[in-house]
Amino acid sequence: MEKDQDKILSEVTTGEYKYGFYSDIEMERIPKGLSEDVVRLISAKKMEPEWLLEFRLKSYRHWLTMKMPTWPNLKIPAINYQEIIFYAAPKQRTNVNSLDDIDPELRKTFDKLGIPLTEQKHLAGVAVDAVIDSVSVKTTFKETLAEMGIIFCSFSDAVKEYPDLVKRYMGSVVPYTDNFFATLNSAVFSDGSFCYIPKGVRCPMELSTYFRINSANTGQFERTLLIADEESYVSYLEGCTAPSRDENQLHAAIVEIVAEKNAEVKYSTVQNWYPGDKEGRGGIFNFVTKRGMCKGENSKISWTQIETGSAITWKYPSCILRGDNSTGEFYSVAVTNNHQQADTGTKMTHIGKNTKSTIVSKGISAGMGQNSYRGLVKVLKNATNARNYSQCDSLLLGDKCGAHTFPYIEVDNQTAIVEHEATTSKIGEDQIFYCNQRGISTEDAIGLIVNGYAREVINKLPMEFAVEAQKLLQISLEGSVG
Amino acid sequence: MLIIKNLKASIAGKCILKGISLNVKPGEIHAIMGPNGSGKSTLAAVLVGREFVEITEGTVTYLGKNLLEMAAEDRAKEGIFLGFQYPIEIPGVSMVNFMKTAVNEHRKFKGLEPLSASDFLKMMREKKELVEIDSKLANRSVNEGFSGGEKKKNEIFQMAMLEPKLAILDETDSGLDIDALRIVANGVNKIKRPDNSFIVITHYQRLLDYIVPDVVHVLYDGRIVKTAGKELALELEEKGYDWIKKEVENNIVA
Repeated sequence: MEKDQDKILSEVTTGEYKYGFYSDIEMERIPKGLSEDVVRLISAKKMEPEWLLEFRLKSYRHWLTMKMPTWPNLKIPAINYQEIIFYAAPKQRTNVNSLDDIDPELRKTFDKLGIPLTEQKHLAGVAVDAVIDSVSVKTTFKETLAEMGIIFCSFSDAVKEYPDLVKRYMGSVVPYTDNFFATLNSAVFSDGSFCYIPKGVRCPMELSTYFRINSANTGQFERTLLIADEESYVSYLEGCTAPSRDENQLHAAIVEIVAEKNAEVKYSTVQNWYPGDKEGRGGIFNFVTKRGMCKGENSKISWTQIETGSAITWKYPSCILRGDNSTGEFYSVAVTNNHQQADTGTKMTHIGKNTKSTIVSKGISAGMGQNSYRGLVKVLKNATNARNYSQCDSLLLGDKCGAHTFPYIEVDNQTAIVEHEATTSKIGEDQIFYCNQRGISTEDAIGLIVNGYAREVINKLPMEFAVEAQKLLQISLEGSVG
Repeated sequence: MLIIKNLKASIAGKCILKGISLNVKPGEIHAIMGPNGSGKSTLAAVLVGREFVEITEGTVTYLGKNLLEMAAEDRAKEGIFLGFQYPIEIPGVSMVNFMKTAVNEHRKFKGLEPLSASDFLKMMREKKELVEIDSKLANRSVNEGFSGGEKKKNEIFQMAMLEPKLAILDETDSGLDIDALRIVANGVNKIKRPDNSFIVITHYQRLLDYIVPDVVHVLYDGRIVKTAGKELALELEEKGYDWIKKEVENNIVA
């Protein structure tokens, strides 16, 4: 076994994070630091209308009155906001329509990441919005989707082309006063994706946004707004990576989803930000606010997340179940290895009658990783017959890591049924040996066992992503058991 | 095929095996019997490379190689199979996925391409029939929620899939009703070829009504104290282990 451990360890030290490269793209950066002038500068760079600048300034002024929350079970080093660059964009014209206009270096970057910027036939099932640092560089299949009335574009374009929709929905699920990082985002957000599915339309392909942080000392603050009108359906994917660097970088995003009557939204994330090195140097601080509003009757929002990256993750994709008979789901696998920390979970707020929510959270801790599940199930007074089922499992690999569970339940209606189950287990030597005895190496055995453990969640992902996610789980846990 | 010479081994400092020698030739079935705590399962553990057993003396040669230097998974790929006394549950991992990984690891080791999905499923189907395992078992997670009998049948099924050269069955008969016992034994007999060998570890003679051994050894207090043909098993069944114990004690006194 010692021999195995050495072998696995050496593979990990040489293998490491696959997406840690840096691309030398000609960038335009604003000076570091945060002030009202910086907020105005970002807005000016993006040639925004007055109402949006007002929204930003209002947010910024509110942010100045706020303090960073201390309730998460995380050790977060002090963040100096005057040392962060809040806007960085490739020098080329942004979100071009023709591929020829894209900086070849930029194309190469996305090729290397396996993200197609061309509308290739064999990838016709996925439309991509590619965001690098502060801007969206290319959105594919825009025209094909437009034929069905689906709007899929960068947030900046949406502000210009569909100001009424943006005005109506932006901040309606995550208000600018929501929390420290959401308020910061509302002040300085740069780009992100916008999506509107019209009444009665089933989106024929997976929509996806790929986020890449490239520049040093830069924060990424993107905003995604997804609106599913009555009787519509969309499945949305999100992926993210960043170069390996010794300093921490801040990523504070907002995702807002609105599901109208009978609409269904599936939102899947494979989060693979740079997690820092083995000693805990560097890595992304991933402080994200994601929330969906089941606004209409029978609407449904389902969050699935595979969280393997980031030095620190602070994230609670949530559902507000306002429409009667609406459904919220949260399926999560969160991995913390080496010195990674995660405090993640969900909030399910039951407002409408007969609302249902399901929470399945699978935490995996290895190395010195600390993994916390934090969840709130809240049933309001008028939410007759609300149902919740929560299941929180923790898997420990090794004896230096930690798993924590913080479930909160607030019920104001006697007809509610709320169930919570929790388990903690360790990968057994017996399980690994059983695999060994069938000819399977320890490393592959861990991959097999962990994927088995996470299967319930992985099964919720679209096919292409599920395979990716399985590999990712295995890679991020390499070397964690000897 | 397998030559064990003067093997001594201990667990947590306690000496369990006190000098075992054994020679298994291709095509032979050896039964190892003996009372509880005599070291039968420890011997199996040594052969498959469990870490908790410390080898203090002796050699084990398998197909001309020093077995004790090989990693557990390499022993498996070289054709050593253990039917576990207590098969392990792996939740969420389907039998199909588990066996596919194992079979393809074996193939890789032999320099063969991995099996295609359809060839693999065909192989599963054939082997399932061979060992009369319920086809639903194969779609469930590895051993999860299996009854005792199902777990044992599943071990035989895995053995059929991996086609070992040397199979060690560690008390595969314990906890089986007579029908399951017959299925397990039939499975073994169908897998049996002139060039592969079995070590069948058991408490009772019962299993040996179905699987007929060439040699029967009695293990007692970490030593093989008696070796004879299949009739020894019948004698043990009739008289129990006490007479062997007495014989051993008398020898020591003498």
